Order: sequence, then C-alpha cells, then structure tokens
Amino acid sequence: MNEMNEVRKPPVATTGIIGWLRINLFFNWTNSLITLFVIYCLYQFIPWILDWTIFSADFKYNYLGEQITNQEMCSRNLDPENGGACWAVIYVRFYQFIYGFYPKVEVWRVNIAYAMLALALLPLLYAKLPYRKYFLYFTYIFPVIAYFLLNGGLGFTEVSTNKWGGLLVTLVLGCTGIALAFPIGIMLALGRRSKLPVISMMCTLFIEFIRGVPLITLLFFGMVMLPLFLPEGIDMDGLVRVLVAVTLFQSAYMAEVIRGGLQAIPPGQYEAAKSLGMSYWRMNLLIILPQAIRISIPPIVNTSIGLFKDTTLVIIVGILDLLGIGRGTLADTNWLGLSYEIYFFVSLVFFIFTFGMSRYSLYLEKKLKTGINMGAD
Amino acid sequence: MRSNLGFFSDEKFRSIFFQTLVVGLFALGLFFVISTTSYNLEKRNIATGWSFLQNPAGFDISFSPFLEFKSTDTHLKVYFVGVLNTLLVSITGCIAATILGFILGIVRLSSNWLLSRLVYIYVEFSRNVPLLLQIILWYSILIQLPRVKQSLQVLDVFYISNRGLYSPRPIFESGFSYVLIAIVLALISSFLINRWAKKRQDKTGQQFPVFSSSIGLIFIVPLILFFILGSPLSFEHPELKGFNFKGGLVIRPEFIAMFLALSIYTAAFISEIVRAGIMSVSKGQREASAAIGLKQTWIMRLIIIPQALRVIVPPLTSQYLNLTKNSSLGIAVGYADLVHGFGGISLNQTGQAIECMAIVMATYLSISLTISFFMNIYNRSIQFKEK
Repeated sequence: MNEMNEVRKPPVATTGIIGWLRINLFFNWTNSLITLFVIYCLYQFIPWILDWTIFSADFKYNYLGEQITNQEMCSRNLDPENGGACWAVIYVRFYQFIYGFYPKVEVWRVNIAYAMLALALLPLLYAKLPYRKYFLYFTYIFPVIAYFLLNGGLGFTEVSTNKWGGLLVTLVLGCTGIALAFPIGIMLALGRRSKLPVISMMCTLFIEFIRGVPLITLLFFGMVMLPLFLPEGIDMDGLVRVLVAVTLFQSAYMAEVIRGGLQAIPPGQYEAAKSLGMSYWRMNLLIILPQAIRISIPPIVNTSIGLFKDTTLVIIVGILDLLGIGRGTLADTNWLGLSYEIYFFVSLVFFIFTFGMSRYSLYLEKKLKTGINMGAD
Repeated sequence: MRSNLGFFSDEKFRSIFFQTLVVGLFALGLFFVISTTSYNLEKRNIATGWSFLQNPAGFDISFSPFLEFKSTDTHLKVYFVGVLNTLLVSITGCIAATILGFILGIVRLSSNWLLSRLVYIYVEFSRNVPLLLQIILWYSILIQLPRVKQSLQVLDVFYISNRGLYSPRPIFESGFSYVLIAIVLALISSFLINRWAKKRQDKTGQQFPVFSSSIGLIFIVPLILFFILGSPLSFEHPELKGFNFKGGLVIRPEFIAMFLALSIYTAAFISEIVRAGIMSVSKGQREASAAIGLKQTWIMRLIIIPQALRVIVPPLTSQYLNLTKNSSLGIAVGYADLVHGFGGISLNQTGQAIECMAIVMATYLSISLTISFFMNIYNRSIQFKEK
C-alpha cells in the first residue's frame, strides 16, 4: 500500500490568471509562438498609431502654439519629421459636419430636433421605461414636429433642404427610411404570403426586383426618372426623391425579414385566431404580427444598420451627407491632403452609430432567447 | 341569416373583387405614369427608342482589359465594357473574399485568445464602416503612392505607382495552345481519377494518392510539354517612356481600390458566416471522429466542413449577391463598370435615362438571378441526402 502513497504532482493550474494565460495564450509551442509574434506586431503598431492620433497630433493649435486655420499651418506640414494627425480640420469644420449649411441663427431648431430624436427613440429601445405609453405617443408625433422644425412652416422660417448637410442628412435619411419602410415592409410581407394570387405575385415581383438591383440604380431612378413620371408643376425636392428611393429599397429588405418572422409563427396561432372568428386584419394585427415582429426585431435592426451605412451612397447623386461634407472639405484648397484625418473622423461617427446598433441587436437576441419560448406545441 | 351584404361575405367573391380592384388601380397608375412620361419626354425633346446604342460614344474608357475601346466606338460597346468590368471585379472579389473570409472565420475560432480578438476587431471595424467610405479611403491611399518616375519596383518586373500596378504582359506563341489543351485534359483526368478512387475505396477500402497524382498531372505534365515545345511564352515588359509606362499589363488604382475594399468588407461578413457554420456542428461530431482515430486535419476536412457547409452556403450566396451589387459603387472612384460607364456617362450624353436605367437594372437582375441559380444547385448538392 505504501507505494501507492507516492507523492503526485499537483495538476497544472487551470484557473486564475496564470491558468487563463496558459489555456488561452500558451497552450502549446505553436500557440506560444503565435502569441509572441502578435504581441511583437502590436508593440510595433500601437505606439505608432497612438502617437499619430493623439500624442503628436494637432487638435486646435500647432506646435508653435498658433491656431490652425488651413493645412499649411498643420505641424506635420510645417515640419514633416514630427507632428501627427491634424484634427484641427474637424474642429474648424465641425459645424458643417453636424449641420451642413444650415443657417447659424436657426441652428437651435436642429439641436432641439436632435434632442427630441433621442427622446423619441428612448421608449423604442428601452421596454421597461416608466410611463412608456406616454413616451410612445410622443414618438408617433415626433416626425411631424421634426418636419416643421427642420423644414420650416408654422411660424418657423423656411430652410430649404439644399442647405441641410452632414450628420443631419445622414440621420434624416436613415431614420425616415427605416420608419417609413417598416409599415410598407409589413404590408409587402403580408401581401407576399397572401392567398390571393395576384396580390402575392405583385408583392413578390416588387420585392425581388428591388433586391436584385443595387441601391445606386434606385437612386439614379429617383433622381433622373422620377421627375419624368410626374406631371408638370410637381417639382420634387432632391432630398425627397432620394428618400423615395431609399424607402423603396429598405421596405423590400424589411419585408423579407418580417416574412421570416411570419413563417416562424406556428400554424396553431392562425387556426386558434380563426376559430375565435377573427377577421384577416384582426388576426394579423392582434395575434400574428405582434409575435412575428417580436422575433424579427434583431434582423430588423441588422437591415437598419445596413441602410444606415448605405445612406452614404447619396453623395453619388450630389447630396451632401456626412461623407459628402468630408469630401467637400477635402476639395477645399485650405484643407487639401488631410484625407486620412477626415475619413478617420467620418468612419468613427458611422462606427459609433452602427456598432451601437449591432450591440443593441445582440442584447435583444439574448433577451429574446431567455424570454418567451415559441414552441409549436 | 343572410344580410344584404351577403355576397360580400362570400370569400370567393371578395377575393376576386379585391384582386380586380388592385389590378385596376395598378393599370390606372401605369397608364397615368406612361402618359405623363411621354408628354414630358416630348416637351423636353428627349429622343426615345434604342437607336442611340449604335451612336458613337465620344469618350474614352481608361480601364478595359478585355475589349479594345476607342472613343469612336458605340454606346453598345460601352455597355459590354461595363458588364465585363463589373463581372471582373465581382468575380475576383468573390474569390478573394471567400478565401479571406474562410481563413478569418477559422482563425476567429482559434484557441489563441489574442489572435481571435484581433480578428474580432477587424470584423467589427470593417462591418461597421460604410463600404463606400472604405472604397474612397483605399483609393485615396493608392493615389498617394509615388509618381510614375519614382515608382516602387518589386522583384524587378512589377512597378507600383499612383497610376496603378504595371506588370509584364504574357504573349502566347503558337505552341502554347497545346499546353492549354494538356492542362484541360489533366483537369478532366484528375477528376475521373478522383471518382474512380472514391469508388474503389468504397468497395475495397484501399486508398489512392489522389491529391499528389492530380497535382502531378495538372502541373508537371503541362510543364514538361511546355519545355519540349521550346517555351512558347514570352513577356512584354513595361518600359518607362516620357511620363508613363509603355507596354506591359496595367492594373489601374480604381480597380485595385474596388477589389481591396469589396473583398475586405465582404470577407468580414463571410468570416462571421463561417464561424457560425462551424459552431453549428455539434461537439459530439468532433469527439466521435477523434474517437475512431481520425487525424486532426481529416476531422476538419471530412467531418466538420461538409456539415458546416450546409449552414454556410445559403448566407454565402447572399454575400456574393451583395458583393456584385456593391460593385456598382465603382462610380465613386471612376471605375468604368456598368453603372459608371453606361448608366452614368452614356446616360448623361444621350439623355435617354429610361432606356439606360432599364438596361442597367435588367442586367443586374440577370446577374443576380444567375448567381442564385448556380448557388442553389450547389446548395442542393451538399444538403442531406435521405437514402
């Protein structure tokens, strides 16, 4: 028995920091080599990028302490040896990036609209908000308020849409596109699943046509062809024409996502609703759609992210969104050659919005998984 | 009890009534649009019809690798150049995105925490920044490369400058067609060998070195033939003359920017699809195949990948479709694809917006349908076959 009591080595640690490092970074020889190589690359790269973006960058003043008003005054153009990014261009043009060419006297209206947008989104994003019902009423009337605030009318001076630009246009396009595409998408999805052959065929053709062509052709359609289709005297605003194209595009994608949700509803739900004597619309509005939309919220958010990124395409038809203002600034001789700074800033703004939305969709997915169980029993 | 609306509660009647109503409204709308459009066209003196396709274009296209294009060529030729350029960037982009996406998807699942985090950061950044911005960014990097006179030289034969990448152009001499025939024959015979070896293994369990014999057939046999025929292939090297290179093969920065942006952007999506696909294969499959003594590489190739592909292929198809449609963004950097060449310049010159847009849309629809068709066939071939 004594031989059995030989001292055995304790097992290699698998917990704690050392255990974690061992499992995740130094599991075996190749793994350790890869880890060391990656650390070496990061060691080379990170100080350089930090130095360029922060430590030797100009924010408002160059290294001589002068306030920067054009690209020649950037540290890196005065002395190529030191000096990193020249963020002063963002500082000087910040107003344009956020509001476009909106008159400065009226800019408070845009600020109020931005604040109201946040308030309107709150009950949509956060289901447990106290007094959510009243907040939702505000959400429903927000588009009307925003229209008069931004465009003018009802006592506000009119600001024509060709003065809008930057983040304002990006948000207007994104939000309006998503908000309008939602009901149209629901109708198209119901239409495609309809038992009436003509309606189902028309909806299917519309959806497949829109999904088969690139957004840019639809934008061209809105810009060049739409004016030809309308009778004389009806002169459509450029932004509205683009909005029509964006909404058509988004509603086809929205329809497919909602159709996916509709398909996941067990047939028992339809049968139960019908056996209670509900009409088609009642059944859909009260029983089917609430469940279908609930399960399709994550993909709805995902297509919305896609649309938000795709709004940049409007620069091709001459509308100045955030990216358009960036390109416009680059074409200005005062700020020539600062493309990395400008594109970095525009990317960052888009990243903040889209990454936030994708995190939100992940959170919803997790919540839905632990929430109701859509069993077919 | 029958109410006076009785005929309206009849489902059959109602369905016919609503459908007729919809068709009627649609026809009315169509009639209205057509009549106002023809009135508007007449008023603005815009020609209609397809005869403009035969008119000379009057502009140059800088990038047309397959067709020789002169400014006296017709708009129809602009269309063909555009289609070829769209297909070129789409096909090369799809191939590169698939390879990069599969590698990244597998690396993302690697047990090395640092490596998988790095791929995660890449995926999040490239998915969340608009593609158009990425295309413009790549282009602005490429045109900041040194001028032609100071172009970077790689391996003594490639020249990289802000005018693009110059490389030697292969010139095929008379005997080269035999080498091509040999390659095709080798491909067919290795395919047949593969089938035969599979059949034999199913029957007798004996294995045949399919991979090495195919490599031998495809590469070595044509290579020997190539030297026997006296190397019927020469290269035309680019030479610096004046302000630009003469001769050689040139790949324009517009194409490179489109190619890089499209493949890097789409690879991020594909890597997530691949990751989800591999994770969908249950752990038991891997354990079971390890238990019967399969090698690690074989587990991946024979057990995991075939099952993961069932999950991967449908969303992969939609990524290919997206990439093809996204190739229309070439207009932002002046890549002469279908939208920029035909839908942009030709449209502006002729003013025939309806005809041009109809052609462009129809072409994209047919490309999309073709991709879906072939990917559906492939998808059916890898799904579960119930015996």
